[in-house]
Amino acid sequence: MAMPRLPEKQPEMSVTPENTLPFAGNLATAGKDPLGLELDWLQDIRQSGVVRYRDLGLPAINLEDWKYTNLLALGDMDYLTATPDHGDVPVDVVPSIFPTGNNDLPSGARLVFVNGMARADLSTMKDLPAGVTLEPLAQVIDQNPGLLKVHLGQLAIDTDRAMLALNNAAMNSGYVLHVAKGVVMENPIEIIHIGGIAQQPLACFPRNLVIMEENSQADMIVHHVGVGGASYFVNTVNEISLGQAARLRVYNVQDESHQAINITANWANVTRDASYSSFNLSLGARLSRFETYVALNGTGAMCKLDGAYLMRGQGHCDNTLRIDHLKPDTTSSVMFKGVLDDRSRAVFQGKIVVHRDAQRSDGQMHNKTMLLSDKAEIDTKPELEIYADDVKCAHGAASGHVDETALFYMRSRGIPDDLARNLLIQSFLAEVLERVNVDTIGAAMNDKVTHWLPVARGQI
Amino acid sequence: MKVSADTFGQDNDLGDDAYKYGFVSDVESELAPKGLSEDTVRFISAKKNEPAWMLDWRLTAYDHWLTMDEPDWQKPKFPPIDYQDAHYYSAPKSMKDGPKSLDEVDPELLAVYEKLGIPLKEQEMLAGVAVDAVFDSVSVATTFRAKLMEAGVIFCPISEAIQDYPDLVRKYLGTVVPYTDNRHATLNSAVFTDGSFVYIPKGVRCPMELSTYFRINEANTGQFERTLIIADDDSYVSYLEGCTAPQRDENQLHAAVVELVLHDNAEIKYSTVQNWYPGDKNGVGGIYNFVTKRAVCRGKNSKVSWTQVETGSAITWKYPSCVLLGEGSVGEFYSIAITNNMQMADTGTKMIHIGKNTTSKIISKGIAAGRSDQTYRGLVRMSPKATGARNYTQCDSLLIGDICGAHTIPYIECKNKSAVVEHEATTSKISEEQLFYLRQRGIPEETAVALIVNGFCRDVLQQLPMEFAVEAQKLVGISLEGSVG
Repeated sequence: MAMPRLPEKQPEMSVTPENTLPFAGNLATAGKDPLGLELDWLQDIRQSGVVRYRDLGLPAINLEDWKYTNLLALGDMDYLTATPDHGDVPVDVVPSIFPTGNNDLPSGARLVFVNGMARADLSTMKDLPAGVTLEPLAQVIDQNPGLLKVHLGQLAIDTDRAMLALNNAAMNSGYVLHVAKGVVMENPIEIIHIGGIAQQPLACFPRNLVIMEENSQADMIVHHVGVGGASYFVNTVNEISLGQAARLRVYNVQDESHQAINITANWANVTRDASYSSFNLSLGARLSRFETYVALNGTGAMCKLDGAYLMRGQGHCDNTLRIDHLKPDTTSSVMFKGVLDDRSRAVFQGKIVVHRDAQRSDGQMHNKTMLLSDKAEIDTKPELEIYADDVKCAHGAASGHVDETALFYMRSRGIPDDLARNLLIQSFLAEVLERVNVDTIGAAMNDKVTHWLPVARGQI
Repeated sequence: MKVSADTFGQDNDLGDDAYKYGFVSDVESELAPKGLSEDTVRFISAKKNEPAWMLDWRLTAYDHWLTMDEPDWQKPKFPPIDYQDAHYYSAPKSMKDGPKSLDEVDPELLAVYEKLGIPLKEQEMLAGVAVDAVFDSVSVATTFRAKLMEAGVIFCPISEAIQDYPDLVRKYLGTVVPYTDNRHATLNSAVFTDGSFVYIPKGVRCPMELSTYFRINEANTGQFERTLIIADDDSYVSYLEGCTAPQRDENQLHAAVVELVLHDNAEIKYSTVQNWYPGDKNGVGGIYNFVTKRAVCRGKNSKVSWTQVETGSAITWKYPSCVLLGEGSVGEFYSIAITNNMQMADTGTKMIHIGKNTTSKIISKGIAAGRSDQTYRGLVRMSPKATGARNYTQCDSLLIGDICGAHTIPYIECKNKSAVVEHEATTSKISEEQLFYLRQRGIPEETAVALIVNGFCRDVLQQLPMEFAVEAQKLVGISLEGSVG
């Protein structure tokens, strides 16, 4: 029995008094979480997470990485760790980014989480091809703990990251996607997280694994959506491993409620000739932070990280990424564009690191933001850190407002002001939305963007 | 007579209030004793015969310095500085100690002067040969003072300004770089020995380029210059600062502070060629060049332009900055940083846009060779009131060889919807095609590299005043010697 091992080491390691350490309650219950209670190695990860998080505390803005995103400003964060019971609430319609709704799935399979808990009744796996498994973490722990032991905690290993330590300590949900060697999936997999349907503030700490074996290919849609009015906290860690020449494309849609805090970290290892791409559309949440750490770990490896953020109200959206070119002939390409209204704030921190041996690396990074309000704010930091000479690296960043000349041109042709503005915003975002290379998903993303735009006269 | 412990003892006996009236110090002592303490600060102040307010300010800075931690966020890492292992004051060395003629000067140094095309007379000056000029912590002779006085321009050592124009100094000193700014600037505030003071009165266009050669002349002397330039309404001045240093083995700390104040329609052009001793090929020795330079455009339509060519120093760590307060004020930053062998540089700028319709431009060219490592770090901040503000930034890095590093860390913070910020950066290596083209026309490899690099830096070199541009072009070539082949 591994249960009582937690409390012993606590007093000496604690730097923050127990009563003021955010998420102290979640740490206290972490050791009793039913997930992996019998697995000693998993309990070890949990315990080292507890110890490390107590040491580090919640990241403060004096850390370079958290300079522009202040978690402490959110005040008292007291969330109850969600249990399977919390997931068992009625859901009438499963929201999907596809307009067709429940009946006609353009996706190959769908896994639905409610308040962080997997719901078999809302999910469907019928279209999964042979060689592909998509299962909730709890199920894998029961049936295939060996696979988990090989992959969990192998990529997300940076011990200086408090939010990772917290996830290690408190992980209580998640899924494992395993695509066998050579399997090419036709249809995208849809992962849907529904949050906010609860009586009290809930916290969820999903740990997800994506394992793509040699020459396999898959597309995923990860859709976070807030439905209820309760506030909630999500701290996700994704570990993504791509075997030789594998290809994974992940489309994230973050449409959380304005009561939500979502902190997600993606750790991807891309081996020889493999390719990892992600598109991150951020629309909601009180505060969201989307971290991506990609290691280009084999010759010919490439990654493409794109995103769009559309914020209003007091939303805070942070995209932080780091790409390590570790081997020669690796390629990375990053483009993030955003539109900020009201008092919203966005942060973009991108870093391309070209290591000594990574000759002939090509790294491109672009971030552009349009501000619609004088109270909105963008903080951007595109970094290059280069130790090899034969490289092609460039980054660009820009911020500005709606082009007055273009606006005047459209106005002079009888297009109403607000419609003209919307058109200009859409054309501004088109550059990045075009980089979504699955038509159905691209169209769905476009719909989301159009829906976000302010209501305009003359618009259909 | 050398200063002795007794001198300090006397000082202490007089108690805290004594400094108000000054105390007799040993004027012939050439060197403050090693180490940094309140006594050192009092010693320097007494040496300069400073008024009480100046000493008070220094002491406040010193007290504050004691509470500050050494910064550690910078890219170049170095062993902790032993602040007690340096002299904080050295008077000009008596001429008899210097070399009698150029024959006695280190031939390697002369070779560098030769390549730079420095006239013989100037070579003598630079090498510290006994000529009619004053060196080291005491400012270089200010040659054309009479002519400047005629125009109403004040250009003198800051120690003199404290005596002669105390009101002006008191009004502006520390207003741009407060004594609390950063640890090295605070140290400077406590122990600065000299520097330049410039005041350009209303409507005056300074009749000549103001130029000062600073150099470190004596082993183990920390250099703490303090420069203060005030450009009153509708005035203009171009200020040149150049540095050379003779070879020596111990790391030396150079923590200068430069403050520029600009009133309505004023313009200051501040050019620097920095060529301190960079250490040898293995990174032994060399200067730590930690400088705080900042300009405040207080007035409407004022303009400040920083141009720097940074080729020397073991570690260069500076961000000449512009605070654009006045409506329509303009900030410019043109920089070339070249690092070779084991040199490290972490340099860039800060453009703080506060006033309406302020504009700024940043052009930075970094060249890393050998085993060196350099970083461009810059901040562009558009405050909520900076309506119509505009920034353009271009940072290019060139890598020569596969064991150096070049990094770009721009921070862009925009809080105004009508402000426009553009940033572009590229990193590449020296083009094989260009090199091949030049080589096949019989141009030696090193010359070819110098040519290509000069082309790469052209945008910045063009901004330098003529006097500097020629020297700087040659410097670019010399700095990269031994980096290819």
